[in-house]
Amino acid sequence: MAPPSLWLVLLLVMPVVTMVLFTFRAGSFGQAAQQFTLNNYAAFLQNQPFQSLLARSAGVAAIVALLSVVLAYPVAYYLSFSAGSRRFTLLTLIIIPAWTSYLLRVLAWKIILGSGGVLNTVLASLGLAADLGSLFLYNRTAVIITLVYTWIPFVALPIYAALERIEPSLFEAARDLGARPWNAFLRVTLPLSLPGVIAGFLFVFIPTVGEYVTPALVGGPRGIMYGNLVQDQFLNALNWPMGSVMSLAMLLGVLLPILLFSRFVRLTELAGL
Amino acid sequence: MNDPAVELLGVSRWFGGEQNPDDRVVAVNSIDLTLRRGEFFTLLGPSGCGKTTTLRIVAGFEDPSEGQLMIQGKPMNDVPANRRPVNMVFQNYALFPHLSVVDNVGFGLAVRRVPAAERRRLVAEAMALVQLDGYEKRRPSQLSGGQQQRVALARALVNRPAVLLLDEPLGALDLKLRKAMQLELKHLQEQVGITFLYVTHDQEEALTMSDRIAVMRGGDVLQIGTPAEIYERPADRFVADFIGESTFLETTVEGVQDNHLVVRLGETRMGARVNGGRLQPGEQVTLALRPERISVASAKGAGSTGLAGSVNEVVYLGTDIRYVVGLADGQRATARVQNARGQQSTSLKVGDAVRLVWDPEDALPLPDPPEGPSQG
Amino acid sequence: MLRRVPWGGLYFLVLTAFLYAPILLLIVFSFNDSILLTFPLRGFTLRWYQALFEADALLGSVVNSLMVGVASSLVATVLGTMAAIGVVRFRFPGRDAFLALAGVPLVIPAIVLGVALLILFRQLVDVQLSLWTIGLGHVVINIPIAMLIVASRLIGFEDNLEEAAMDLGAGFWETQWRVTLPMSLPALLAAFLTCFTTSFDEYAMSVFLAGTDPTLPIYLYSQLRFPRRLPHVVTLTAVLMTLSIGVLFVAEWLRRSGERTSTAPEVTA
Repeated sequence: MAPPSLWLVLLLVMPVVTMVLFTFRAGSFGQAAQQFTLNNYAAFLQNQPFQSLLARSAGVAAIVALLSVVLAYPVAYYLSFSAGSRRFTLLTLIIIPAWTSYLLRVLAWKIILGSGGVLNTVLASLGLAADLGSLFLYNRTAVIITLVYTWIPFVALPIYAALERIEPSLFEAARDLGARPWNAFLRVTLPLSLPGVIAGFLFVFIPTVGEYVTPALVGGPRGIMYGNLVQDQFLNALNWPMGSVMSLAMLLGVLLPILLFSRFVRLTELAGL
Repeated sequence: MNDPAVELLGVSRWFGGEQNPDDRVVAVNSIDLTLRRGEFFTLLGPSGCGKTTTLRIVAGFEDPSEGQLMIQGKPMNDVPANRRPVNMVFQNYALFPHLSVVDNVGFGLAVRRVPAAERRRLVAEAMALVQLDGYEKRRPSQLSGGQQQRVALARALVNRPAVLLLDEPLGALDLKLRKAMQLELKHLQEQVGITFLYVTHDQEEALTMSDRIAVMRGGDVLQIGTPAEIYERPADRFVADFIGESTFLETTVEGVQDNHLVVRLGETRMGARVNGGRLQPGEQVTLALRPERISVASAKGAGSTGLAGSVNEVVYLGTDIRYVVGLADGQRATARVQNARGQQSTSLKVGDAVRLVWDPEDALPLPDPPEGPSQG
Repeated sequence: MLRRVPWGGLYFLVLTAFLYAPILLLIVFSFNDSILLTFPLRGFTLRWYQALFEADALLGSVVNSLMVGVASSLVATVLGTMAAIGVVRFRFPGRDAFLALAGVPLVIPAIVLGVALLILFRQLVDVQLSLWTIGLGHVVINIPIAMLIVASRLIGFEDNLEEAAMDLGAGFWETQWRVTLPMSLPALLAAFLTCFTTSFDEYAMSVFLAGTDPTLPIYLYSQLRFPRRLPHVVTLTAVLMTLSIGVLFVAEWLRRSGERTSTAPEVTA
């Protein structure tokens, strides 16, 4: 156990600790870097736009997670209950897109949503408004659509696993006691698959809060997310202490759902360990 | 060398109770067992009685909480499992799925660095012994349950262990195959001459195969004896009930006459075996009888000898007819009659008045309380 | 009438089409005889594929990604396997804490990890950013992936098999060598391939840790600003996607064949 623990402590715990300590620096380099200050925290707490962008980004992440789960659930359900012996092939079919290049899938949506892209071409040929270019691309909707697209294959898995774990005899019992299919679903299937659904939701929500690549490619100025600001602090403004504070704020923000969730389901059970 | 194959001296195994010994969960309770060389010894009992734990202690997969284990006269408590001269046939066979049959069987030899040519010869011998010739290259997943079982057997036997441990190896087989394998295993053991320590909950299986049986319950050994001893002279009520079928009758002691115990049931006097001779007149004692040793006759012809009763149930078993007879004082006695031609007792019906008779030697008074260590 | 329609299958079909359409669109464009990635299509051409072989910088970044991918996946698989064996076979104090720690990289936003490692490398230890720093970061995110894949295989393993090996005379290490490792090999390979695919595609964290040598995703991103380069990019997609699908089939087949040689009940995906 020593080597993995060592690696994780050195390259996971230490970086985060270092980052937290860095939030107290007055500057990124030289003299300023040696000074201790709480200015960065003050600056963040006074910066209303930053905070509201964090909140809005969390909101976008929640919408993306919710849509992904809702769209993936029927697929997982179909695979678990109706697909029979073909289910593994079909499951693999759904997962393949997940493993192709993320950047290029986002690029594909940039093409689809852009002027001259598929969507506009189709709409134009149907006689609807000529240049709807700006309607679909470079806004928050584009970000949401693209992100949901990239996440659906990933979410199908935990939901499928949760459905598979339900004892088949429970359905027979429900039917025996008079429940009709939709009822049985609401009273038996859905509640029992909930841990997998919540796991899928969090699995999407948490990384998406810090998402910045998709917003940069298809979001435009209106679709910008909190992650873009953080990136900006580090790579352009070179204000690392400020960037660290913002990063810490985001980290604390996502810790909350994790802690909440672990009260209801033991994470180790989810992993099958 | 005259050392017994296996000796367990005061061996116990408990869990928990580090703070308070009363909290201990005792799986094996200070048992003493001695296995003679070359014998087929069975640990028999219901699930949870400690038989498997005892087996695993001998194998080395569990350490005893106290007591001594000796194998061929050598103390084994501190010897790890992989260095003990024993081999085990697991309940689920535990065949290595990534190895062929021949590599499975030869595993123990390969570990001991036996040269390849020698290994091939020994493996071929072992496979012939269990009648698996021709299956060398197969993988376990390609074999039936019965075949897998033979591979497990060959894999253990090829190492010529001092003791072969078998953990309910026939449990997963269907009835017919199980019965055939019971005889095969017995013959194999006689042929090879290795001491077998066998664990099962199936009393018929134990009776069929064993030279001696230890009946266990709740961590204790209740009785050790040959199949005949266990069946004909069960040590207590549990053994009498667990092995085969028994009829238990509550009676009152009257005295001893002609070397037999005389007891009274209601108004009738019946004979029983004197078993240790410490019973006083007036005492209550339970008699245990085997149903096939009770004869049932219609009351009309029998006169006034025997215990009076009336037939409550008739069960047709093909080979036998089983009668449940209700007695005057409310007790019920089960009797079995062989379904042979000419036996008038096979045609009794529910409600018929009958008389029950038995040889006093066949009625065994069982001590009260029912739990007590055996006299072996 | 409503019940006759196979709604489940229909939805599955529609969703699958939705998932594959953008990918197929890109592949179509890779044959399009035009610099612009817009409709209408101009004509069939293979010149973008030809150009690929001359794009040195692009190919250089592919080589970089391969090196980083192979190296970091090897390390992650070894560490993840050690973690899996430890967690599944032993109950040690701090086991739950270790599991939580090992799982953190999976749920932390990639940018936070990238930023934190950047500060560690540049401020705490003053290490130059390079492919090495990228690789170290990749190992961190891949350890939990490898651990989970190998652990789920170990669990589906009857632990009787290790007892059987010991009964037949093998000590602990010999048992691992003769029984556990051979049986886990498919899972180890599957873990390696999965880690590799993750590393090959990683951008969000890697961009913070990159020096002068770019990995493929980093190079790709930098090219997205140049319209003339886009067809190359698209062509590369087509090639890469086909390759990663192939790699993935192999990984899945390996993992599945590993489970088939076990006589234990199958562990669900």
